[in-house]
Amino acid sequence: MPHNSSARKHGGEHSDGGGSASKIQRVKAGRVSEDNEKKSSSKRLKDVEISVPIVYGTISFWLGKKANEYHSHKWTVYVRGATNEDLGVVIKRVVFTLHPSFSNPTRAVESPPFELSESGWGEFEIVITIHFHNDVCDKQLDLYHHLKLYPEDESGTQSTKKPVVVETYDEMVFSEPSESFFARVQNHPAVIVPRLPASFNLPPPESIDDMNERKRGDTNDHPLSQWFMNFSEADELLKLAAARQQVQAHIARIKRQMIVKFLGLDDRG
Amino acid sequence: MDAKDILGLPKTSFSAPQEKKSRPQKDSQRKPDGISREVYALTGGFAPLMPSIDVSHLKRRSHSDKEKITWRWLPFTSSARTDNLLLYHWVRVVNGVPPTGDYSFAKYNKSVDIVKYTDEEYDKYLTDPMWTKTETDQLFDLCERFDLRFIVIADKFPSSRTVEELKDRYYTVSREILIARASSSADVAGNPLVKEPYNVAQEIERKRSLSMVLSQTKQQERKDSEVLAEAKRITETRMLEKSAEDAELHVTSPAGAENTERATIDVESVSPSSNNQLPTEPVAPPTATDGTSTPASLRMLRVYLRTNVLDQMVQAASSSAGLRTIKRVEQTLQDLGVNVKLKVPTKAVCAEHLELRKEILTLLNLQKQLQNKEAEASSLRDNSYTEIPSTPRRAHRGMDQDQSFIHDPLSFGGERVGKRDHKRKALGRFLEAPPSPPQSKRPRKFKDSDG
Repeated sequence: MPHNSSARKHGGEHSDGGGSASKIQRVKAGRVSEDNEKKSSSKRLKDVEISVPIVYGTISFWLGKKANEYHSHKWTVYVRGATNEDLGVVIKRVVFTLHPSFSNPTRAVESPPFELSESGWGEFEIVITIHFHNDVCDKQLDLYHHLKLYPEDESGTQSTKKPVVVETYDEMVFSEPSESFFARVQNHPAVIVPRLPASFNLPPPESIDDMNERKRGDTNDHPLSQWFMNFSEADELLKLAAARQQVQAHIARIKRQMIVKFLGLDDRG
Repeated sequence: MDAKDILGLPKTSFSAPQEKKSRPQKDSQRKPDGISREVYALTGGFAPLMPSIDVSHLKRRSHSDKEKITWRWLPFTSSARTDNLLLYHWVRVVNGVPPTGDYSFAKYNKSVDIVKYTDEEYDKYLTDPMWTKTETDQLFDLCERFDLRFIVIADKFPSSRTVEELKDRYYTVSREILIARASSSADVAGNPLVKEPYNVAQEIERKRSLSMVLSQTKQQERKDSEVLAEAKRITETRMLEKSAEDAELHVTSPAGAENTERATIDVESVSPSSNNQLPTEPVAPPTATDGTSTPASLRMLRVYLRTNVLDQMVQAASSSAGLRTIKRVEQTLQDLGVNVKLKVPTKAVCAEHLELRKEILTLLNLQKQLQNKEAEASSLRDNSYTEIPSTPRRAHRGMDQDQSFIHDPLSFGGERVGKRDHKRKALGRFLEAPPSPPQSKRPRKFKDSDG
């Protein structure tokens, strides 16, 4: 069980008693992966995770009179900050992989906003590959989104005014981020960072993004922003809380039932 | 206007889901000759199911009018026969000249080339304590007669020998003769008889296993596959554990390499702030009761999606439950109006969702237990005044918990530990519950009973 070991791991880290054993292990392991760690010269923050709420999806407009056999819809696929912040602080490049029938179906977008517009007639799955800045993460992240052009309800006639919008909320989680990454994004609105204790000193952030740059990448004034969906955490939490209350009430009732039944039995016996 | 227009189908409907964008229609396929344009349009440019022939071939007379064809009942002989039996058949005769030559099917009369050995060769190479010369001769005669159909040969063989014994003798003799007659061993090295010698032991084993598999009953088969699945699960679990341990080593390594002291300080100073992950729970229970900690396998990835974590946690939490239970949990979620797929999977929402799932599992377990107890009780009532097991004690404990429940209205933060503690107790009760008697039907839903 993975949790078994993760629990074990944390036990080891926090206990002072078994220090000598774990130290040996640490040193031994350190030697092995020394080379690995040298190239990312900055230290990593343990037990810290940085998360970046994102929304990805497509908005598609029917072309109406202008539609022809092969270009019936104009659509835009994008990755945006959940509240339209500039994701350029974390994401270096987003590669959209379209259906092979498009000309050069692999399209890279190098700067925010990370979006791509096309026209076509068919729905298919778009692979969205996110590449991060060097100090963030050397791995990439794949998202999958099914392009939707036609509205769900059959009766609903297509209109050129009202687009079909499909969006997915998710969070990119970076475990054990490097110190420099942490320092850089600490106060950025697109990023959720945990609070570090005051005693902990981070290197001063390298000021790479000035105000101008930040302005450019957000999607607040995006022409499509009126169609963006809202993702409310509070609503979800309320719904879950209500459900939990219901379940707990049922648990309590069953327990009472059991007591009544078996105490009664007890008395008779 | 064609059939597709009438049916209101798009022109290239069959390929629609795959072919997403324009494709060069013009040079796709040219209309073959001999098919009318309308018929071709109906096929939508697809290859016809049956090969279509050029109609002009049909119209053209293949035989010139000069040929006069008759069919005659004529005798024939076949080179495949050793007797001179004369049989008759119908023959196509062109211009009164019957066909000459051998019977056309005679060429299919293939016979196996069986090695022939002389007495001298036998004495020199082929003696075998298990076989007499007469027996070997008989074997080779039968081999020739039945074209190496060893099943038949074994049936006809005068002394009782198994098929494998016969095969072994035949192939050994053939091989020895081949080698003996070859000028050098390199000449025959490529011969299948030498290259792949017949292996009796393996053949016997092969047949034995085959018959074992074939004679297995359905039940055994099912049991086997269950065992295999279980084994696979165990292997996977071990792999995960191992990778988690590797991750642990990897994670602790950078500190160790540089200077251990500094690293330890880092760990201590950083951890209290670590998103209230572990410090709230000093002794992490072995099971995944901590809804917020991330599986090590994912943490190793450095970057992942929140939904990935949730999926893993859900899987881990339900790993002990059966498929049916998992289905029921999900059904319950739906009954409660909660999406199984989260709309806004933030950290808090995921944690709450996991808690909810756990509570539903608890509830389902309780329902099952209640039913078991009821069944137990009714059987007790039937043979009354027998000794009552330790039910009361348990019931009392249940009451304590119940009270804690009542005084514990739902809220998010704060009393987490207490609740979790409580839950562990509750789960413990399930564990100590006796193995359940055959279960009766359980109520599926409970939603309606809630006022």
